[in-house]
Amino acid sequence: MSILIDRNTRVIVQGITGREGLFHSQQMLEYGTQVVAGTRPGKGGEWVLDGKVPIFDTVKRAVEVTGANCSVIFVPGKAAADAMLEASDAGLPLIVCITEGVPVQDMMQVRKFVHAQGGRLVGPNCPGILSPGASKVGIIPGHIAIPGNVGVVSRSGTLTYEVLYALKGRGLGVSTCVGIGGDPIQGTTFLEVLEMFEDDPHTERVVLIGEIGGNDEERAAELIADRMSKPIVGFVAGQTAPPGKRMGHAGAIVEGSSGLAVDKIRALQEAGVSVAQHPEQIPELIA
Amino acid sequence: MKLHEYQSKQFLSGFGVPIPAGRVATTSEESRSVAEELGRRVVVKAQVLVGGRGKAGGVRLANSPEEAAEVAAQILGMHIKGLPVRKVLVDEAVESQAEIYLGVTNDRVKRCPVLIASAEGGVEIEQVARSDPQKIVRVWIDPLLGLREFQARYVATVIDLPREHWKQFTVVADGLYRAYRASDATLAEVNPLVITKDGRLLALDGKIVLDDNALFRHPDLAEMRDLDEEAPAEREARMFGLSYVKLEGSIGCMVNGAGLAMATMDVIQLFGGAPANFLDIGGGAGADKVAAALRIIHSDEQVRAVLLNVFGGITRCDEVARGILSALGEVRTKMPMVVRLVGTNEEEGRRLLAKADLITAQSLAEAAQRAVELVGQELAA
Repeated sequence: MSILIDRNTRVIVQGITGREGLFHSQQMLEYGTQVVAGTRPGKGGEWVLDGKVPIFDTVKRAVEVTGANCSVIFVPGKAAADAMLEASDAGLPLIVCITEGVPVQDMMQVRKFVHAQGGRLVGPNCPGILSPGASKVGIIPGHIAIPGNVGVVSRSGTLTYEVLYALKGRGLGVSTCVGIGGDPIQGTTFLEVLEMFEDDPHTERVVLIGEIGGNDEERAAELIADRMSKPIVGFVAGQTAPPGKRMGHAGAIVEGSSGLAVDKIRALQEAGVSVAQHPEQIPELIA
Repeated sequence: MKLHEYQSKQFLSGFGVPIPAGRVATTSEESRSVAEELGRRVVVKAQVLVGGRGKAGGVRLANSPEEAAEVAAQILGMHIKGLPVRKVLVDEAVESQAEIYLGVTNDRVKRCPVLIASAEGGVEIEQVARSDPQKIVRVWIDPLLGLREFQARYVATVIDLPREHWKQFTVVADGLYRAYRASDATLAEVNPLVITKDGRLLALDGKIVLDDNALFRHPDLAEMRDLDEEAPAEREARMFGLSYVKLEGSIGCMVNGAGLAMATMDVIQLFGGAPANFLDIGGGAGADKVAAALRIIHSDEQVRAVLLNVFGGITRCDEVARGILSALGEVRTKMPMVVRLVGTNEEEGRRLLAKADLITAQSLAEAAQRAVELVGQELAA
């Protein structure tokens, strides 16, 4: 069992004709995800992936015809804000934006709009969501995780894969893995995902993977102290990162004395989280 | 990407923010003629993208065009915090009766823009935030509504701005906000915004930092990039689609993914080593990218060993291994290299690399330990 997505999730891929969009649509289909439609303005009426997936010009039309309830976005950074707004305007309750490079000011507007529409946005600049054995929406490789009762939430991509793979190596399965993304403004933060895990009867423990920049880990620590009953193991990347330098992710930057790994680790530990010294320790701490 | 003071002020002035008369100059002769045109006392200011110019002697007054030329000649030869001064701004000197801080930036926590002001202008706002946090006022701006006049008026009252300046203050705040929006800035600030002796508001210094992700919308601003802002290796990395940050250690790192790259650096430190850099080769790991990354790491003279850590997810480890082998054919190196490949087809990847003169490791911890040992041996030898 899982949060956010399951076997019944019906997915639209925005930007399905692009290289990434097409490749990952194929991967999602092979994993068993219900990819019911794709969009690409000007190519409505065509089909892709051996005639399995119809293309529509607009998200609105795709939703009307297919009854989709989720969208995953692969369009380029320039067009991603518009794609998120289009998905939200079409009433989709769950929007996952994989695209990296969305302007921050666009994200502040998009986040506000999606929230007002009552939808949930995950990302941007994220690997998406994987509920092992049930569904995957995004780019997390399906075979590196097995079904189970560990919930995983992370700001990172490949670091998350490492952890999933290490958990699998110890026979530990995952209920859902949510990549919330490495941008400074995210649609969904640790807080919302932690609450969902707390309320999910099939998640028994949680792995939280943070990194430098912002104070989402500190706020997560407050929530954990207040209302999380499930055991949590954490890891925070970037202890060796110098201040003022963006470490790949737009959101991974220590500004002044804010966003330091050491403060995040302390806050998490004080909230009762066991914080791993390195990612490979996570399976033994959570087992 | 940062804009220089002269570029920032020029941009702000297009949105109704009043700035002093002045012009940028690249020689002392040019500085003299700007001072002559202004026909009064001037201030000559180094245009470099670091703070603390004043303390470094990069901001000086001049009473005559001759003195302006002299002062400009001195400043143009300076290096401030390692950056060469190639331009100076020659502005009319202004006598002020009060200095205010005014800025708009992105508030990550509240996820909206924030207008920040303080009656303690002229010093860095972070410093005021530490020493006198109660002297800073913030109002959060709805990203869909924008800054409203009542908000600017509220700020004026809280910083005890005399009433006669309120109207003009709201005009300046509005201009600053519109400039922030129009340039996709992550920071637009005026510091100080002064009240002149004759009772006008004037932006003596300005700073705009742009969102790199939004530069596609602003080709004119993107062209203003000062190449000195980036180290040459960082620039080369950017051209190859790599993300690179130089550090002070001796173990060069090459990793796919930013989070994993940071974690790799951390694990090196955990085992007693020091990472030489952050380097994210991004998705996939084609030979061209790996080769570029190797070249960049090798250009750092402090590097004694290289640690390559790749998680094969969608990308398969055997593909990555072939990329490494082909890159090694291109970049000849005697530098010891530890390679850790995990994920899809990892056995095949390791088998391919076994033929090359590389040290392979199973776990990240083991890889980091091996790299740290290698550097130790190198130093002992």
